[in-house]
Amino acid sequence: MNLATFIQHFLNSLTLGSLYALIAIGYTMVYGILRLINFAHSEIFMLGAYLVFWGITLFHLPWPLAMVASVIVVAAIGIMVDRIAYRPLRDAPRISALISAIGVSFFLQNVAIVFFQAIPRQVYRPAWLENPMLWGDVRVLPLTLFVPVLSLLLMLGLVYIVYHTKAGLGMRAISKDIETSYLMGVSVNKVIALTFGIGSALAAASGIMWALRYPQLQPIMGTIPGFKAFIAAVFGGIGSIQGAVIGGVALGFIEIMTVAFFPDLAGYRDAFAFVLLIGILLVKPTGLLGVKTEDKV
Amino acid sequence: MLKISDLHVFYGGIHALKGISLEAPKGKVVTLIGANGAGKSSTLRAISGLIKNKKGKITYNDRDITTLDPVEIVKSGIVMSPEGRRIFPHLSVTENLYLGAYSRSDKDGIEKDKEWVFDLFPRMRERQNQKGGTLSGGEQQMLAVARALMSSPDVVMLDEPSLGLAPLLVKDVFEIIKVINEQGKTVLLVEQNAFAALKVAHYAYVLETGSIVLQGTGEELLNDERVIHAYLGG
Repeated sequence: MNLATFIQHFLNSLTLGSLYALIAIGYTMVYGILRLINFAHSEIFMLGAYLVFWGITLFHLPWPLAMVASVIVVAAIGIMVDRIAYRPLRDAPRISALISAIGVSFFLQNVAIVFFQAIPRQVYRPAWLENPMLWGDVRVLPLTLFVPVLSLLLMLGLVYIVYHTKAGLGMRAISKDIETSYLMGVSVNKVIALTFGIGSALAAASGIMWALRYPQLQPIMGTIPGFKAFIAAVFGGIGSIQGAVIGGVALGFIEIMTVAFFPDLAGYRDAFAFVLLIGILLVKPTGLLGVKTEDKV
Repeated sequence: MLKISDLHVFYGGIHALKGISLEAPKGKVVTLIGANGAGKSSTLRAISGLIKNKKGKITYNDRDITTLDPVEIVKSGIVMSPEGRRIFPHLSVTENLYLGAYSRSDKDGIEKDKEWVFDLFPRMRERQNQKGGTLSGGEQQMLAVARALMSSPDVVMLDEPSLGLAPLLVKDVFEIIKVINEQGKTVLLVEQNAFAALKVAHYAYVLETGSIVLQGTGEELLNDERVIHAYLGG
């Protein structure tokens, strides 16, 4: 493999990794606060992708506006999912909310089938993302740079919210001790709603960029990326935002680089993530940055 | 004045509080003493809105607050510092204090109160950038009280503030309670350390298995045969 090819693989890994990371952040934030695996998260990702093309084809919105609109609408859907399907179960055993999450996942998939039909749809990419740039021997699609850069900006925004705002302080408090947060007057349900909103917005952004990169839409498109991002979150240490980012990017590199160096394994690509999951659970069940939390008696 | 009448609390099938009535007049220290499981913590948790399964009436300055949620209780001026301190170990001292002020939006007032609690507890000023988890047990208790004060409360409820502290620190805790009271705050104190609690209290109630069996001024109960026998090791 020459240097140019390696650089291309490197950039591709980074792109795929950022997309996983953006989804993984939503899983990990919700888990950190509610100890809930939000299985509907992969459908949130899918809705983000569909809505942007709905905005473009149905409402003739320009690209950037359609993206922003999709992210906002999907964030609202994420908040509604929490309000309708999880909040009534806040005091119920944890397994109830988990079952509810699986139900929401199926529900949203079927809603998508009703509204968008089950046949896969082609995505038309805007020209400014399509024309490759040449740096010496390295041939790069603008999209390959656009994805990691936009992802990085979104993550910086997230860091700002979590570490420099009042709501972020509330999030960090709730994730450690929800009862004491109540006693201190933290509006817990509002903070949780915001968490769902942020996680869903990031998943929507990821879904949109995913559709640009792998230009096909279908109602089950969220399932595999969702599973993999979940694995990335577990790998990084579920509950830790930094862990989700590291896990996501690491998974992107593992997938792309393994295929790059061992082309024979290309057919097993989707299996790498699951091998990684089994490996990490055997060696370090709390993930790279995870902290062991004891269940309170 | 905080007033509770005929309060019942249920945990599943267990009847934890069986119709207790008590009053905490403005500016006084009122204590609830009693053995483990007598219902002391349940009383505080019911007032603070954490327990929803309850019957009876809780009023504060003649306003019915029985069914308010914890955030509204804090906003109404009643704050509870929970048993075991429960400070946020991963947040700095300052962040812990800001959390105590979460229900407020008056930035200037919050900064002023932060300086005020730093003056009350100079140790907190020294440690303001340290993570809560790195403080000693006594300092954590100070932080828990300081954090509660940040909500600018009129009534401070303390659940077992001396629990698990070394005897010297226990003395400090009761000093802190006096200081809070001198600042004009009403204190509702739950304690197993009956002797120290009665000494600091203006008025006291003795709880046994969910009912109030005795009440009186702190001094009266300190000299009561039954109290001495059951709680003061006489």
